[in-house]
Amino acid sequence: MVVEGLVKRFGATTALDGVDLTVAEGSVLGLLGPNGAGKTTVVRILTTLLRADAGRVRVAGLDVVDDADAVRASIGLTGQYAAVDEYLTGLENLEMVGRLYRLSRREARVRAGELLERFDLTGAADRPAKTYSGGMRRRLDIAASLIARPRILFLDEPTTGLDPRSRLGMWEFIADLADGGTTILLTTQYLEEADRLADRMVVIDRGRVIARGTADDLKDQVGGQRLELTVRDAVDLGEVARRLRPLGVDEPRLDASTRRLSLPVSGGTDALAEALRVLAGAGVEVLDVGLRRPDLDDVFLALTGHAAEDEDRTGAGDRTPVGAGEGAA
Amino acid sequence: MTAFGTAVADGLTITRRNLIKIKRVPDLIVFATLSPIMFVLLFRYVFGGAIGGLPPGISYAEFLLPGIFAQTVVFGSTTTGASIAEDLQKGLIDRFRSLPMARSAVLVGRTIADLGLNAISIAVMALTGLVVGWRINSSLGEAVGGFLVLLLFAYAISWLMAVVGLLVRTPEVVNNASFIVIFPLTFVASTFVPLETFPSVLRTFAEWNPMSAVTQAARELFGNIPAGAPVPDAWSLQNPVLYTVIWTALILAVFVPLSVRLYQRTSTR
Repeated sequence: MVVEGLVKRFGATTALDGVDLTVAEGSVLGLLGPNGAGKTTVVRILTTLLRADAGRVRVAGLDVVDDADAVRASIGLTGQYAAVDEYLTGLENLEMVGRLYRLSRREARVRAGELLERFDLTGAADRPAKTYSGGMRRRLDIAASLIARPRILFLDEPTTGLDPRSRLGMWEFIADLADGGTTILLTTQYLEEADRLADRMVVIDRGRVIARGTADDLKDQVGGQRLELTVRDAVDLGEVARRLRPLGVDEPRLDASTRRLSLPVSGGTDALAEALRVLAGAGVEVLDVGLRRPDLDDVFLALTGHAAEDEDRTGAGDRTPVGAGEGAA
Repeated sequence: MTAFGTAVADGLTITRRNLIKIKRVPDLIVFATLSPIMFVLLFRYVFGGAIGGLPPGISYAEFLLPGIFAQTVVFGSTTTGASIAEDLQKGLIDRFRSLPMARSAVLVGRTIADLGLNAISIAVMALTGLVVGWRINSSLGEAVGGFLVLLLFAYAISWLMAVVGLLVRTPEVVNNASFIVIFPLTFVASTFVPLETFPSVLRTFAEWNPMSAVTQAARELFGNIPAGAPVPDAWSLQNPVLYTVIWTALILAVFVPLSVRLYQRTSTR
């Protein structure tokens, strides 16, 4: 999949302003960016739903405009909405899509059965999709996009609006598909998701690519490791900071409300061992200590000056999607 | 398979999908059958006694039923627009457009399913009509022709409504907008009352209104025009079957390609 110089305007707004990307066969590309960055527009152009104003797009080696039908035959798309017919049963939905991919009646039925089994929907196969939970609809939606065994799969924010358990399940399905050799382009606002699933990432913001590479590449762009520790009593933070400061390459950051200290270090595990030795002599009760590489949240903050998700996130460990439910049709 | 063959196969796949919905949502079928019954009864017994100026030798029931048929199937066709808008809203059109299926299939499948729904409501109306005094006074062939003219005209309107649905994109708005346009169109016509009482401008409009022609065509084919009835002044009503067929062909010729084109370009946002 090769995209060169993609430009798309909607009236006066430029949604995409020269996006380039490539996805190697059998790999997973994570397309990251905040809401409105242009992720969905890229997916819509690559899946023949929308025409670009400029640029060249080849999917499965085919031009998306000139060979649109051949492209459609080799891709599967799962959009942000669970695009299933809620009046049809799970089985009927899959059979219909299978028939439209030109499978024979028999093939469509067999394949539908396999996918229902795989996505844990066999028990609900004969119930109208109307009665499905959000997670089940998403699974049915992905199953529908897989019915003709596409070589290339587009997943546009596949876990937006899902509860944490369904999201974990979805990650497993996606990882399985990638292991099976399907080429996947995945858009997401969740850095954790991309970190876990994607081989390579492209970060876009306001229609432009602002970074690309593996998760490690991106983290290296932001900087090295940090020693992080949590103490039982916030009053000890000052004492800990004073003792650990010589180990750091920069000033420690203290947060009294979370009783946490963060110190940029070099030297990896040696620094950690040294820190533990110092702390053992300090008589301070430490609840948690560890060496942490910057995560993609840090990357995004460093690259764009704003967080990947909305500003009102409650904390680093809390990745509850903001606006959950907007994707549930 | 040829392109035409695959288009037909895909169209049937989508038709089946839409018919399953009709089966699963009983409200649809209840509505499609109850409201025509209500209309027949309301007009027959509320207006029936008061409407004068009918040609001698005909009961209001016989005059009325073809008009009710025409109005109901045209309203039935608005379902097409609302359903397409609903599919757009739910992202289903995106899914279909990403599949290697015929570009016409979603629209063909929709309009054919709605044709089926119209056929059901016309059958129910005909039975109700027979109960309240409507009669077919023509040959079987002509009667079948009468139903065909009505259904074909409604089928053409379905394609017009598909364009509306693709442009308007909100099912509720499609319903309201089409009501505002179609309601007067079906009333400023010879559907429920004879044209002789209309003011002159309105009368000319009504004479050339295809709704009048469809109604007149149905009356002619069901034998609901008494032998001594005066010949209408307008060519459109002297040749109502031909005039209706011309309109049907014209609407199809414009709106089938237009809606397929719009469908190809449309998207959820």
